[in-house]
Amino acid sequence: MSEQYTYAVARIRALEVGLFSNSTIDQLIACQDYGQCLQFLEEKGWGDSESSGDAEAILTREEEKIWEVVKDLHIDMDHFAVLSYPKLFHNLKAAIKEVCTGEKNRHIYYEDVSIPGDAMREIVSEKDFGKLPAYMQHAAAEAYESLLHTGDGQLCDCIIDRAALDAIYEAGKESDAAIIRDYAESTVGVADIKIAVRSQKTAKSMDFMKRAMAECESVNVDQLSKAALAGMDAIRDYLLGTAYAEGADALAESPSAFERWCDNRIIQTISPQKYQAFTIGPVIAYVIARQNEIKTVRIILSGKQNELPEDSIRERVREMYV
Amino acid sequence: MSIWENLGLVYALLGAAAAVFLAGAGSALGVGIAGQAASGVVTEDPSKFAKVLVMQLLPGTQGIYGLLVGFITLSKIGLLGGGAADLTPETGLLVLAACLPVGIVGLISGKSQGQCSAAAIGIIAKKPDQFGKAMLFPAMVETYAILSLLISILAVTAIQI
Repeated sequence: MSEQYTYAVARIRALEVGLFSNSTIDQLIACQDYGQCLQFLEEKGWGDSESSGDAEAILTREEEKIWEVVKDLHIDMDHFAVLSYPKLFHNLKAAIKEVCTGEKNRHIYYEDVSIPGDAMREIVSEKDFGKLPAYMQHAAAEAYESLLHTGDGQLCDCIIDRAALDAIYEAGKESDAAIIRDYAESTVGVADIKIAVRSQKTAKSMDFMKRAMAECESVNVDQLSKAALAGMDAIRDYLLGTAYAEGADALAESPSAFERWCDNRIIQTISPQKYQAFTIGPVIAYVIARQNEIKTVRIILSGKQNELPEDSIRERVREMYV
Repeated sequence: MSIWENLGLVYALLGAAAAVFLAGAGSALGVGIAGQAASGVVTEDPSKFAKVLVMQLLPGTQGIYGLLVGFITLSKIGLLGGGAADLTPETGLLVLAACLPVGIVGLISGKSQGQCSAAAIGIIAKKPDQFGKAMLFPAMVETYAILSLLISILAVTAIQI
């Protein structure tokens, strides 16, 4: 047993006390309006003096705080690379669209990743894809060429999203940490199910689904694609025979219940880390839990801003880690 | 004074050294591991200092047990009184064997108790009101250190010199 992460895990345990529990989320939902929600968050220590009253600034500050903690623990950041892949591929997608369409929008990029907006735009505009990590190069060139020649934005998205899933899965397989392997497996499995559900609703072809879905151990892409072609009931029947059987119930309930289950499934995957004392798992789980917390608060704030009823917001709220 | 002429005394002294060295090393490892966890908690919440300090100290007892057996052994062979006993090699080896339980069990249990304390510090970090229960887990490991201490003391005192 290695004691390399003993300090980090104990510190994370102390920080977990500050994570929002399901009851805290209930209190936030029970706030009368958007302003009261912001006040509640500030009372809980969210944001800082500069972000007061500005929801987006508060949420951005909270995201920054996560990485400040991780950097303070002096853990090799390579362990967390897989968590940044979705943002990194988003930046690639945004840069390709911006370069190909000529529409400038500086606010569509994530800046807290290894290749921020300006750098990504420069790489894409110069078609210097060799500067990208190996797992992005081929997809970047293919997506760029396809958007340039066909103008099909959905195909571009499909190529890049598939590359992101493949990269996450590969990172999981290569990782020594069990949590990264489990996270990658669940992320890819759930993403494949989401693709199947959306493809069924929009009547996509088998070829499209096979192009969009990434191979993984917990989901058989071929069977899932065939089920999606056969209908929603066939998807549910297929899921009942997999590790994602709860997804079938959520799918039967409502689209928002299904979306909530997709995120909850990731939280369930990381939950066993609450009982680990000496691995990097609890640190990675904390980062995922904090990101899930911020996402949930964003959903609630959005619901409050649009004056949605409490039940409607509650239906969309994700399960908390603690 | 040749070592070969006093081989019995050398063996007995080795026994005392093994008890102190091995059990002390176990405690040092254990206290170090628990100390890392305690530091992690106190970084975020200094108010838990007293509780985590108790947890950190738990694996320190093995070193004390080793020291106790070391003292008894030195006293038994007369080194503390100034007049070393004339021990045969066989008697020296008996003393060495008598010292090994507390040394070996102290080394292993010290480190294990440190790991257990580190995990229990995680309980205190999240639920400080469960301090009593959290302390029981590493305290269980102590049982085996006490058993080995008992056997070492009984064995050392039972040897006729």
